[in-house]
Amino acid sequence: MEHTQRQPARVARAPSRFLDALQRWLPKLVVAPTFVLIGVGIYGYMLWTGVLSFTSSSFLPVYDFVGFDQYAKLMANDRWLTASINLGIFGGLFILSCLVIGVILAIFLDQRIRQEGAIRTIYLYPMALSMIVTGTVWKWILNPSLGLEKLMHDWGWTSFSFDWLVSSDMAIYTIVMAAVWQASGFVMALFLAGLRGVDSSIIRAARVDGASLPLIYWKIILPSLRPVFFSAVMVLAHIAIKSFDLVMAMTAGGPGYSTDLPAVFMYAHTFTRGQMGLGSASAMLMLGAILALIVPYLYSELREKRHD
Amino acid sequence: MTDVVRTGFRPSRVAIYGLLLLAALVYLIPLFIMLVTSFKTPMDIRTGNLMALPTDWTTIGWTKAWSEACTGVQCEGISGYFWNSFKMTVPAVLISTLLGAFNGYVLSKWKFKGSDLFFGMLLFGCFVPFQVVLLPMAATLGKLGLANTTSGLVLVHVIYGVAFTTLFFRNYYVAIPDALIKAARLDGAGFFTIFFRILLPMSTPIFMVSLIWQFTQIWNDFLFGVVFASGDSQPITVALNNLVNTSTGVKEYNVDMAAAMIAALPTLVVYIVAGKYFIRGLTAGSVKG
Repeated sequence: MEHTQRQPARVARAPSRFLDALQRWLPKLVVAPTFVLIGVGIYGYMLWTGVLSFTSSSFLPVYDFVGFDQYAKLMANDRWLTASINLGIFGGLFILSCLVIGVILAIFLDQRIRQEGAIRTIYLYPMALSMIVTGTVWKWILNPSLGLEKLMHDWGWTSFSFDWLVSSDMAIYTIVMAAVWQASGFVMALFLAGLRGVDSSIIRAARVDGASLPLIYWKIILPSLRPVFFSAVMVLAHIAIKSFDLVMAMTAGGPGYSTDLPAVFMYAHTFTRGQMGLGSASAMLMLGAILALIVPYLYSELREKRHD
Repeated sequence: MTDVVRTGFRPSRVAIYGLLLLAALVYLIPLFIMLVTSFKTPMDIRTGNLMALPTDWTTIGWTKAWSEACTGVQCEGISGYFWNSFKMTVPAVLISTLLGAFNGYVLSKWKFKGSDLFFGMLLFGCFVPFQVVLLPMAATLGKLGLANTTSGLVLVHVIYGVAFTTLFFRNYYVAIPDALIKAARLDGAGFFTIFFRILLPMSTPIFMVSLIWQFTQIWNDFLFGVVFASGDSQPITVALNNLVNTSTGVKEYNVDMAAAMIAALPTLVVYIVAGKYFIRGLTAGSVKG
């Protein structure tokens, strides 16, 4: 590297030492702004939030050290408990539904379908929409008096009743529905790309051996798509932990705080309820959840790359 | 594979097509409902149902959403916020893509000691939940006098978008043979000459991916908008949420749906025109190869 870099300098008949140095520093100079922005904006601020989570900050930041008080308060907080449980319900159902729907659609779409491009476009367009738009539409569709319920009544199913959106036990499931509608097409795209990469000779060989197509998919093809499963789960879990917009648009955390998710909790306590310390602690726990997910994933990814 | 599939699945072709079309319907119905509701009169909404076509088509919902609807205390429609979003999105997309292109170029073709570590830092930055930076960022924007301004939002979107754009370009340029760069260097081409003469001409696809990905992300962002902007500088997503969730008096669902359509149209149009690049962006980080 060093060697080839000096070469042009000699060819160009000794340019000034300043230019030479500049040339050598140029790559570093070019990435320097990003380095600063990321260093401060991500790593510095992460640390800052970490510090705040150990203080008693309420409406304004104060820098008194109170140890793990805020974390203890968080653990004893009913609303945080609800938010965490909701994340479990929401995340679990969301990931599972997206995977099942995505895999089925991808397999079916991989059978030499006419107009495949058009169908794929339809499955994926919700990903281009803002979660706020999605939330607005689903809120209207699930409207307890004028939405789905009225539609079913008009179509003759008069006993049909659907008020999940305003029921504190069921509202979280309406958010799952909207989220699955939005993201399942994306999972389909991931798996379709994976299926296209499967070596067809393996399948032909299995066919010759008399295996049925569903069996081949179940026993050979899907297991070979393990990396795609991992990627999809990572991305979906990431979406779930960060989920904020959809809840704000559909229920704003209500009824009461029955549909709170950690991100909503963090926003409410930090920016509207003046409990910065508690909000920061909740943000740090969200980071912890992502870390627990990402670090093993990145580690295995990077290790594999090194072997290549 | 195709021959095998054909003979094997022929009896159930109808079922496959049936399921695929049914799924397509499920994905399309919310868009259909949004559209027809936006063209109904409030009366029509109360007497009809979700799937019914308007008895008389009217654009009153759209004009009201655009210029009269209340988004909190103000009742001037969402047009101002729509333009806010453009003023925020366009510079943020361009700056973050340009930075990403240069970063990707350096991190793939001009590696230096520590550049891999830097790349790792960026990669990790793609995953950090933004909740851990909101509070310090709000304080910083306040200090810089950028709180509640469009410039402030541009800055925020550049900072938290550049990790993604760098990733796109770095992975794209890594696949370009180093020999090409080395040969150019021997010919005396410098850092910028190589970039502009050799890499840039072959970068159109990845520029499209980055531009479209960033446009969609930034246009659709709600979190930064709701935390860092207030009143006149709010982007469309925040205005839409305010319109739908805080308006008092009689609920006008036709206005809500028209406003949602207006907020969705720019990204929908981009998706329809250049969906190929959007999908590549979506899958870029998650599928290897």
